[in-house]
Amino acid sequence: MKILVCISHVPDTTSKINFTDNNSKFDTNGVQFIIGPYDDYALARAVELKETSGATITVLNVGQADTEPTIRKALAIGADDAIRVNAEPTDSFFVASQIAAQAKEGGYDLILMGRESIDYNSGAVHGIVGEMLGMPSISPVMKLDIEGNTAKLAREIEGGKEYLEVNLPFVAGCQEPIAEWKIPNMRGIMSARTKPLKVVEAVSTDSGVKLQQFELPPAKGAVKMIAADNVQELVALLKNEAKVL
Amino acid sequence: MNILVFVESAEGKIKKTSLEAVAFAHAMGGNVTAIAIGQTEQAELENLGKYGAKKVLHAADEKLNQGVIQAYAAVLAKAFQDEQADVLVLADSSLGTPVSARVAAKLDASLASNVVQLPDTSSGFVVKRSIYTGKAFANVSLTKPKKVIGIKKNAAELKEVGSPASVTAFQASLSDADFSTKITSSEKATGEVLLPEANIVVSGGRGMKGPEHWGAIEELAKTLGAATGCSKPVSDMGWRPHHEHVGQTGVKVAPQLYIAIGISGAIQHLAGVNSSKCIVVVNKDPEAPFFKAADYGIVGDAFDILPKLNDAIKAAK
Repeated sequence: MKILVCISHVPDTTSKINFTDNNSKFDTNGVQFIIGPYDDYALARAVELKETSGATITVLNVGQADTEPTIRKALAIGADDAIRVNAEPTDSFFVASQIAAQAKEGGYDLILMGRESIDYNSGAVHGIVGEMLGMPSISPVMKLDIEGNTAKLAREIEGGKEYLEVNLPFVAGCQEPIAEWKIPNMRGIMSARTKPLKVVEAVSTDSGVKLQQFELPPAKGAVKMIAADNVQELVALLKNEAKVL
Repeated sequence: MNILVFVESAEGKIKKTSLEAVAFAHAMGGNVTAIAIGQTEQAELENLGKYGAKKVLHAADEKLNQGVIQAYAAVLAKAFQDEQADVLVLADSSLGTPVSARVAAKLDASLASNVVQLPDTSSGFVVKRSIYTGKAFANVSLTKPKKVIGIKKNAAELKEVGSPASVTAFQASLSDADFSTKITSSEKATGEVLLPEANIVVSGGRGMKGPEHWGAIEELAKTLGAATGCSKPVSDMGWRPHHEHVGQTGVKVAPQLYIAIGISGAIQHLAGVNSSKCIVVVNKDPEAPFFKAADYGIVGDAFDILPKLNDAIKAAK
């Protein structure tokens, strides 16, 4: 089985978000970048499938040279080789077009990624890739088992989950608890250095989405503390001041 | 401008977030057609007129009673073309968002999800989207003639503006390939307020000390007509189901009121609640970081405060 795992290179979840250049660029100053947490679940599940039933895993990232440490980490976790599409991942349509172009060449049985990236949160790439390749796309997937040519999945829905069956190949957007995140071991880190990482140029596309400006939310006012023996006051404030009751 | 709105239903009823999508489309100032897919009560469909739909389409093929992503995308793309729509509006959800991506790709439309306010059409078509899990916004221009926008909860005010609309059956031309994904069964909490739809959320964290103490959270939620949520450790430990996990990698909520009991307020949890209008934090640790993100705070013991708060709210009603 050939698995393609698409990963994003995103700020650590504890990062403070700031912008520079008149709110047109993300401020990377002091920011630690990681494999997108949802993508990390997808990768972990791919590695489990490789361990149990045999598979080769190609990891793909759309990003500039600075994402290579993130790609190497994915190789250390268990991917066999990697592709970096050398371009800034500006929006879902652009990224999906790059993934679809690479997937057409690779002939994968399974294309996994996170349900969304945690920077732009669109949650759209899996669906666009599915449409472009004429494959089913399923998200958010919280369980994935494969028997022969058929996959059994669970998808989270509001207030519960639904169970699905689909034949390979297909695209899935993953989330917990599909697998436990994997921490690379020393052998993985050593071998990752020499695993193939191919850099390709982006295909051109018009995504029809142009960034104008970033914006930060207004600062939150100071918290109003209420004594523990005076919950009536809290209720009155919620009713009359915040007007939310 | 012709606007098509996809309305989702659950157990025959239109979801509240979908009513907001109709209200949003109406406020955009266009000619609004709503489309429901799968089993939906007739009165619910007609009712969409009250929120601004001029026309209501219903794709009632029984194969569509289950939310199959590809099939729904095919129905919406056809309706978009038949109605000569310019914009598709829908409420972001576990079904709406993945469906919208496929529709946009089918139509070659500009796509934006998590939109938080009405588009600015003074020059072009600019939407404001929530990014970095609620920590920032991006104003993006959608430049293609066709547009698909997913809206976040509370992006539009729900108000009645019209009278019931007439409902027309919509014939979708579906192929077997649209149903290549089979939904075999589903599990759903019934009779509860769903977390992403709720106006009020009561959440518990590790400070609740164990799943056996959740009765007090549920009691308060019941009094308030609220949904119950929890922090990541609570769902990781299996105290509560995963669909109640609020945070960076769980459900992002945007209620009027979010009440956090015994949650310290890790930045990953805050990412899931920062779109709430008002946040109340109860924690016995006065240094809990959540207080900095709260509107109102009480330092105290959850097991002492919860019943008192429940009584005080009942008394104030």
